[in-house]
Amino acid sequence: MIKPGQTVATGENEAASKRPTLDAPFGKALVEVGRRRTNVVGLTADLGKYTDIHPFRDAFPERYFNVGMAEQNLIAMAAGLARTGFIPFCTTYCVFATRRAYDFIAIACAHSRMNVKIIAGLPGLTTGYGATHQGIEDLALMRAIPNLTVVDPCDATEITQTTHAIADHDGPVYMRLLRGAVPVVFDPAAHRFVLGKGAPLRTGSDVGIVSTGLMTERALDAAAVLEKEGIHTAVLHIPTIKPFDQEAVCELASSVETLLTAENHVVTGGLGTAVADTLVAHRINTPLMKIGIPDRFIECGSTQYLQAKYGLLSDHLVATAKAQLGVTPAAPP
Amino acid sequence: MTPKPPMNDAAAEIARLKAKAKNLRRHMLSMIEGQGQGYIGQGLGIADILAALYFHELRYDPARPDWEDRDRFILSTGHYSIALWAALAEAGILPIDELSSYGADGSRLEMSALDSTPGVEVIGGSLGQGLGQGVGMALGLRLAKRGSRVFVELSDGELQEGATWEAAMAGSHFQLDSLVAIIDCNGIQADGPMVLAVEPVAEKWKAFGWDTQEIDGNDLAAILEALRVARATNRRPKAIVARTVPGRGVPLIEGKERAHFVRLERGEWDQSMRQLESAHD
Repeated sequence: MIKPGQTVATGENEAASKRPTLDAPFGKALVEVGRRRTNVVGLTADLGKYTDIHPFRDAFPERYFNVGMAEQNLIAMAAGLARTGFIPFCTTYCVFATRRAYDFIAIACAHSRMNVKIIAGLPGLTTGYGATHQGIEDLALMRAIPNLTVVDPCDATEITQTTHAIADHDGPVYMRLLRGAVPVVFDPAAHRFVLGKGAPLRTGSDVGIVSTGLMTERALDAAAVLEKEGIHTAVLHIPTIKPFDQEAVCELASSVETLLTAENHVVTGGLGTAVADTLVAHRINTPLMKIGIPDRFIECGSTQYLQAKYGLLSDHLVATAKAQLGVTPAAPP
Repeated sequence: MTPKPPMNDAAAEIARLKAKAKNLRRHMLSMIEGQGQGYIGQGLGIADILAALYFHELRYDPARPDWEDRDRFILSTGHYSIALWAALAEAGILPIDELSSYGADGSRLEMSALDSTPGVEVIGGSLGQGLGQGVGMALGLRLAKRGSRVFVELSDGELQEGATWEAAMAGSHFQLDSLVAIIDCNGIQADGPMVLAVEPVAEKWKAFGWDTQEIDGNDLAAILEALRVARATNRRPKAIVARTVPGRGVPLIEGKERAHFVRLERGEWDQSMRQLESAHD
C-alpha cells in the first residue's frame, strides 16, 4: 500500500523543477531543422512518441522511419542513409543506443565521421524503471569513442538550440535528450549554445561548480542558496562533454577555492573525470569533489525519490560545497 | 562504365568473365606470394561472384569511384579484402602494381578493408554490420530518387549475428527491391566448419520476405542468371544464397582442411600458381 507522501515510479514525474516548461522541445526544433534542411530524416526504434520525435513524424511522414526494436540496425541504417547524403536523427533510449549498439556507433558511424545524430532519452536518473532503462554510464561510453561529439543539454532552450547546432555540424553526435515537459532554465533571448564551448553562468571566488545536463539547473539553485549565506559561487555549464572545453575549466579552477562537478551520470568516466583529467594535465591543484551517481546499479522508484537518495538535488550540492570549504563537517556519502 | 555485351552472346560473355575471374585469382595468389598467408581461401571462393559483379552487373565509373549514381557494393566480410583489392585493381579503380603491398604496414590495402581506400563503400570486418548499412543506403538512394542499386556480400558465418536478421526484416519491411544480398556460404568460420547450424539458409531468407535464389556460387552462368532475376522491381529485396568452395581454382588450397586463414610454404605457392594456370576454367 502507498503511504501518504510516498511517490511511485510512473514515468510521468520526471521534472523536479519549479520552472516553467516547454513540451517536446527536441521534436519541435527538429521540425524547424527539417524545414530548412530537406535532407534531414528521422528514425526511431519503436520509441517515437517516447523520444519526442512525433512532431517530425507528423510534419514529414515520408522522411520518418520506424525500424522496430532493433537498435543495432537503427544505427547501421542511419550510417547507410548518411552515406547517401542524408542527415539521420535517430532516437532511442541512452541505454539501448550505448549498451546495445556500441560497436555500430564506433565502426559504422564514428570511424568514418558519418553525419549521424543519435538522440538518446532517459539519461541518468530521469526514469523510475530501474537499471534496464537508466542511462547512467552512457557519457563515459560515448566519450571514449574517437570522432564522436557528445552533448548533454540542460533545458528546453538548450535542447532547441542544440538540435539546430548539431544538424549544422558535419559529423556524428550523441545527444542526451530531456523529453516531455522540459523546464526552461535559460532565457532563449540571452542564452547561446556553442558546440564545444562551456558557458560561464555566474562568477564567484569561493566555490566553482562545473555542471552538465539537468544538473546545471540544480547548480544554479545551489549557487543562489550559497550566495545568501555569503559563499560566492561560480557556475560553469559544460553542455558539450566531447570535445571538452579545457580552457573554461582551467580558467574557473584558477579563480576559486574549491571545485565541484555535478552530473546526472556515474562519477566514473563522465564530466567529473573529464574535469579531473584537465586539472592533472594542466597541473592545477584546486580541490575537486565529484557529485553524481555512485558506481552501482540503481533500483526502481520515482525520480524525485531516486534523485534525492543519490544526491542529485540542489540541497546536496549546497551541503557538499559547505563541507568542501570546511564550513560544516563532511556530508555523508 | 562497364561495357555491356550483346544479349545474344551469352557464351562469349561467360568466357570473358571466366578470364576475369582467373585474373582475380592470379592477383590474389600474387598478393600472398611474399608473406605466404592471408584470407586466400575465401578470396578464391568468391572470385567468380566478384567477376560477375564488377565486370557485368555493377554500374560504376573507374575514374570516379565516388560517382553519386554508381551502384554500391558492400563487402561485409572485411577480411575478404584480398578479393576486393584484386577486383578493384582489375576494374581500374586501384593500380595493379599496388596489389603487392597487401597487408603490409602502412599500406592502404589492409587485411580488413577500410573505406578510406577508393572503391570501398563501408568498413566491413565487424561482422554483421554490412547488411544494415546496405538497407540504409538502398533507402537513401530511393529517397534521393537515384536509380543506383545496392549489393551486399555477407557470409554464412554472419548469419549467426543477430543484427543480420534485424536488417533482413527492415529490408523487407521497407520494400527495398534495389537491394541484393549475396550470401557466401562456404561452410567455414573462424573456429572451423560451421560451429553453429545456420541451415536452412534459403528458407530463412524466404521467411523474412526476400526473393531468394540458391545457386552454385562458382558457376558463372548460374551467377549471371541469378543477377538477372534479381533485377526485378517488385518491392521485394533479393537474396542470392551462393554455395562456394573456399580455395576454388587451386586444388592445393581447396584441400587445406577448409581453413579460415591459409598459410602457404614457398613450394606450395609455386605449386598453387601452376595449378591455377593449368586449370581449364
